[in-house]
Amino acid sequence: MIGAGKMKQYANVLDKPLSKGRQEVSLSAFAYLFSELVQYNQTQVDNIGDLERRLEDAGYAVGARVLELLCHREKGNRRETRLLGILSFIHSTVWKVLFGKVADSLEKGTEHEDEYMISEKELLGVLDNAGFPAVVTAHFVPVEGQQRPRTTILIKYYEEKQD
Amino acid sequence: MAPVVPRSGDAIFANVERVNSELFTLTYGAIVRQLLTDLEEVEEVNKQLDQMGYNIGIRLIDEFLAKSNVTRCVDFRETAEVIAKVGFKMFLGVTASVTNWDAEGTCCSLILDDNPLVDFVELPDTCQGLYYCNILSGVVRGALEMVSMKTEITWIRDMLRGDDAFELQVKLLKQVPEEYPYKDDE
Repeated sequence: MIGAGKMKQYANVLDKPLSKGRQEVSLSAFAYLFSELVQYNQTQVDNIGDLERRLEDAGYAVGARVLELLCHREKGNRRETRLLGILSFIHSTVWKVLFGKVADSLEKGTEHEDEYMISEKELLGVLDNAGFPAVVTAHFVPVEGQQRPRTTILIKYYEEKQD
Repeated sequence: MAPVVPRSGDAIFANVERVNSELFTLTYGAIVRQLLTDLEEVEEVNKQLDQMGYNIGIRLIDEFLAKSNVTRCVDFRETAEVIAKVGFKMFLGVTASVTNWDAEGTCCSLILDDNPLVDFVELPDTCQGLYYCNILSGVVRGALEMVSMKTEITWIRDMLRGDDAFELQVKLLKQVPEEYPYKDDE
């Protein structure tokens, strides 16, 4: 069964020095890849809910790794333990690494005590409406170090240009 | 009509919108992981990656031709050079080198020293048959097919399997020139 074997000796990958994170690929390369991800998942499900869940799982994996990578590289392995700290970290550092800019705003929601919103206009433009919100929401799940009952983190975004 | 000068890979790459390559790497990793979970057989995953790459390649070629202004390549040698220097650069931000030409000039190797798909990746023992970067072979095959070249593409060396570089062998099987019902020069 796949995944049940032991990992090879950590001689290589973990010894490699961590790059500065400046390397880039073309946006279209990413867009093609993301499009294949969505299309593949569409063949595996019967309804939108399952599709969103699968995309969310994929995003979760990405988010967890992004967090590890950035914590190590940018903050010398210190990880935020307070909610506001981690949200602000996501809002600036993570967003900057992933999308090249700081997120547009971080606001506290008015309805519930523990709701926050990170708003972003024009989220990359090329990403599928159904797919991306699920991906972004999942990014926040791994950073919840504490027990926070019913903390909802919504992403509201405004797609200004249709693709 | 003034001749259009082909643009270098660096120039094109500097002009396209770019994203952080780590996002790209991690997204690709998520795809491979999903496939491994769904399909379970490593051979099936290899095939699916190649198919996905093919789907990308047949669309990517249009963007490539539009942005690079390359003229029709004289022979397969030129084609390989263009893929390695312009194609890889403008999409992946890295260049490849072309070596190991056979006597007829129909088979060569593309060598990638730097491969953004595989940053942070290590293959566990249970996935030893996996060609992690197989999407690339599909992309090249799909793109070339759209310009009338049928090719066979295989991995010769794979750094995730312990080799020292990524070597992709590209073999031209058949060139199928398009038939025009009219002269396209006048």
